[in-house]
Amino acid sequence: MNAILVLEQALNGLQFGLMLFLLASGLTLVFGIMDMINLAHGSLYMVGAYLIATLTDVLGNFWLGLGLGILGAAVFGVLLEISILRRLYQRDHLSQVLGTFAIMLMCNETVRLIWGAQPISLNPPPALAGPVELFPGFSYSSYGLFIIGVGFLVAGLLYLLITRTRVGMQVRAGAANREMALAMGVNVRNLFTAVFGVGAALCGIAGGMLGPMLAVQVGMGESILILAFVVIVIGGIGSVRGAFLGALIVGVIDTAGRALIPLLFGMLMSPEAAANAAPAVASIMIYVLMATVLFFRPRGLFPAHG
Amino acid sequence: MLENTTDSILDHRLHWRWAVPVLALLVLFPLIASATGTDFYVSLASRILIFALAATSLNLILGFGGMVSFGHAAFVGVGAYAVAIFMQAGVVSAWLAWPLAMLVSAVFALAIGAISLRTQGVYFIMITLAFAQMLFYLVTSLKVYGGDDGLSLAGRSTLGFGLDLANDRVFYYVTLSMVVLVLVAVARLLNARFGHVLQAIHENEVRMTAIGFPVFRYKLVAFTLAGALAGLAGALLANLGGFVSPALMQWSQSGMLMIMVILGGVGYLYGGIMGAVFFLLLEELLTHFTMHWQLGLGAVLLLVVLVAPNGLASLVKSRRRA
Repeated sequence: MNAILVLEQALNGLQFGLMLFLLASGLTLVFGIMDMINLAHGSLYMVGAYLIATLTDVLGNFWLGLGLGILGAAVFGVLLEISILRRLYQRDHLSQVLGTFAIMLMCNETVRLIWGAQPISLNPPPALAGPVELFPGFSYSSYGLFIIGVGFLVAGLLYLLITRTRVGMQVRAGAANREMALAMGVNVRNLFTAVFGVGAALCGIAGGMLGPMLAVQVGMGESILILAFVVIVIGGIGSVRGAFLGALIVGVIDTAGRALIPLLFGMLMSPEAAANAAPAVASIMIYVLMATVLFFRPRGLFPAHG
Repeated sequence: MLENTTDSILDHRLHWRWAVPVLALLVLFPLIASATGTDFYVSLASRILIFALAATSLNLILGFGGMVSFGHAAFVGVGAYAVAIFMQAGVVSAWLAWPLAMLVSAVFALAIGAISLRTQGVYFIMITLAFAQMLFYLVTSLKVYGGDDGLSLAGRSTLGFGLDLANDRVFYYVTLSMVVLVLVAVARLLNARFGHVLQAIHENEVRMTAIGFPVFRYKLVAFTLAGALAGLAGALLANLGGFVSPALMQWSQSGMLMIMVILGGVGYLYGGIMGAVFFLLLEELLTHFTMHWQLGLGAVLLLVVLVAPNGLASLVKSRRRA
């Protein structure tokens, strides 16, 4: 049964990695193009998940709720950009950290005011509720497969958008050399707002997809935000390709570590020692990975800037 | 400060004219508190002072050395755990345990700094976070020392000379004198050659390297020193609460220290102190009024960012010069 366990964990890792990519791609673009550290990125993810859960509940239809919720997250992101974040672009990184931290606090508390402190539930659509048998003896959650499909689809569309369109060209130019892109007549103001809107929509998608699997609750944005930062730093800031690879690596290692390390340790040491050490080692893995990558490649795997 | 040296822009004055009255007020505070029947605020004041110390140590590397460490709480936690573990082993004297806690934190900072300082900018932020997270999870897995649940101290460290740290007022005065001592030491250090070099590296690292300064070594020494001071803050914190837990080392704690420094004023001598006092007092005040205090805190922080781009200390400074 070992092969089946490995396959299942690989799919779980892929699923989590693709969702991390949706978060990290927006973060890395905002960072790479606007040179902006946005701690409120996790809040967009949270707001997206809450909107989708509520709309699904009110409308009684997951797909309608998902679509409108993603749209809502994008609108929220654009409003945030126009009203506050725009003023922070010219400031140093530390001011951005403080400013977006403040926004994060306010988002958390506003969500708590509206929806209460208890987690709310978001259920997958009935059509995707059960497991599917992929081949005899191995079945996997159909919703999990759906997430993987959506992840690849969005990643593909993003790839086309960035490599094949005029806007994508401007985005790449902005990430490689902001001043030069400005001098060449890119309308940075609108481009920034658009990138932010797209990033927020991607957050919304991730929130809607992960909502049924993880809890929809206040503070859900922060823990995943740290992971998203790990991803973009491993991948190299500003590089969507780096974010994609980084997300898959982090997703697979984190998921597989949590599932396999306890088993591995169980074989090597006493059950008690294994029960103590395994969760810690599993949690440490991605940080060891990040430190190792940065030790040998201090600017990440695929640095976007020249 | 010596009067015969001319003030350069790299010098940081202690502003005795302001500091002495404030210090006098802080010395009188426990008496005022007991006169008004609000003795319980003495512990809160000690807590704020400890965080002021930790934030000042972070400001030394963040503000003056330009090293944005997102793992500073790890060194606070290591210092706290060192005191707790030494106490469990029978070392109760503050004269022995606290310097040892600083030493242990310094050793961790030296090792982490030696690797992290290879990177720059955001990558440095994230690699320091990575090491702090590793220490955090390491501590949670140490079941011998309480693991997730933390570790209770048998009591407070002993000081001798008839001083009993278990008395909140004595503890407050010890904490206050530590903060004053560290502040004066940091000021002396910044105004000395070492501090000038450190600030110059922050200003233009390439030029300092070209002139021939061992940039890496200077940064590493500063990083280690800041780690040791954070360890002292940890030792005090462990004594204040009588309890240590992995929560001390959580990344959100590192974030809070960073927020305090940015709020108070990056690269201002009193930045860390002002930030810690403002942040913790505001938090205390808002929790009295509403459950949703984070909303108010966020709004105030946002206001500070938009109104005072360089932190609270810059506001005071510009007003005085005007």
